[in-house]
Amino acid sequence: MNPITNPESTTNWYLFLSCLLFSIGVMGVLFRKNALIILMCIELMLNAVNLLLVSFSAYSGNTDGQTFVFFIMVVAAAEVAVGLALMVSIYRNIGSIDIQSLNKLKW
Amino acid sequence: MESTIVFYLLSALSVISALFVVFSRSPIYSVLSLIVCFFTIAGHYIMLNAQFLAIIHIIVYAGAIMVLMLFTVMLLNLNKELGTHKFNLTKLMAVITGGLMFLVIIASVKSSSLANYQAPAYLNIGNAEDIGMKLFTDYLLPFEISSVLFVSAMISAVLLAKKEVK
Repeated sequence: MNPITNPESTTNWYLFLSCLLFSIGVMGVLFRKNALIILMCIELMLNAVNLLLVSFSAYSGNTDGQTFVFFIMVVAAAEVAVGLALMVSIYRNIGSIDIQSLNKLKW
Repeated sequence: MESTIVFYLLSALSVISALFVVFSRSPIYSVLSLIVCFFTIAGHYIMLNAQFLAIIHIIVYAGAIMVLMLFTVMLLNLNKELGTHKFNLTKLMAVITGGLMFLVIIASVKSSSLANYQAPAYLNIGNAEDIGMKLFTDYLLPFEISSVLFVSAMISAVLLAKKEVK
């Protein structure tokens, strides 16, 4: 068995890795102005959560976590399809997917 | 011992490629480094004894989602710089917020009592048979509902992306 997920060890390094990846995703959403890259950072955050669920599944010897990862993948695929269609539609109407130019709904 | 070394190599690669997604200048390099990041995460799944999920992850993410992203970047001709990329207050605040969030999550992980957990001795998990049994017995209703979700996502993508009829 993988010594990183060994229950006797006091630190589970997969937790730190997935927290780091999630924080990088949050930082990317706040950092970039390109809407496509914001979508990619959301994918990165979803993958950090998937990694956390799989590591807990291996940690507790239970398959339920992996089944949840399955459903998260389904939702991510649907989200990317709809999001990219929205990007194409926005680009066709405005000519840019810079989020600075999408301020019609700003109060 | 070898799996520890592999873990550190894969983690370094995934963190570096994730940082490259955020900080690279052209979107096409972001997409390519995100593909690298997904492959390293698939490697982590294999390390965690989830082989079936690793294959599914590669097929779904690197095979479908990232190809879709790459086609969108190329078809919309987005491979140019958007706005100025110089240092300003918003980006500084974004980096500070991300770092603070990382600190808060790590603090909450540290204060949890995970080390006292006693894992059950059922290690035959992660193969296709096990996940299939779970998926078609306990999680049958969410499985069916997710197919409906896929159909609605497909229809809405086609509706959103097609040209309006004049």
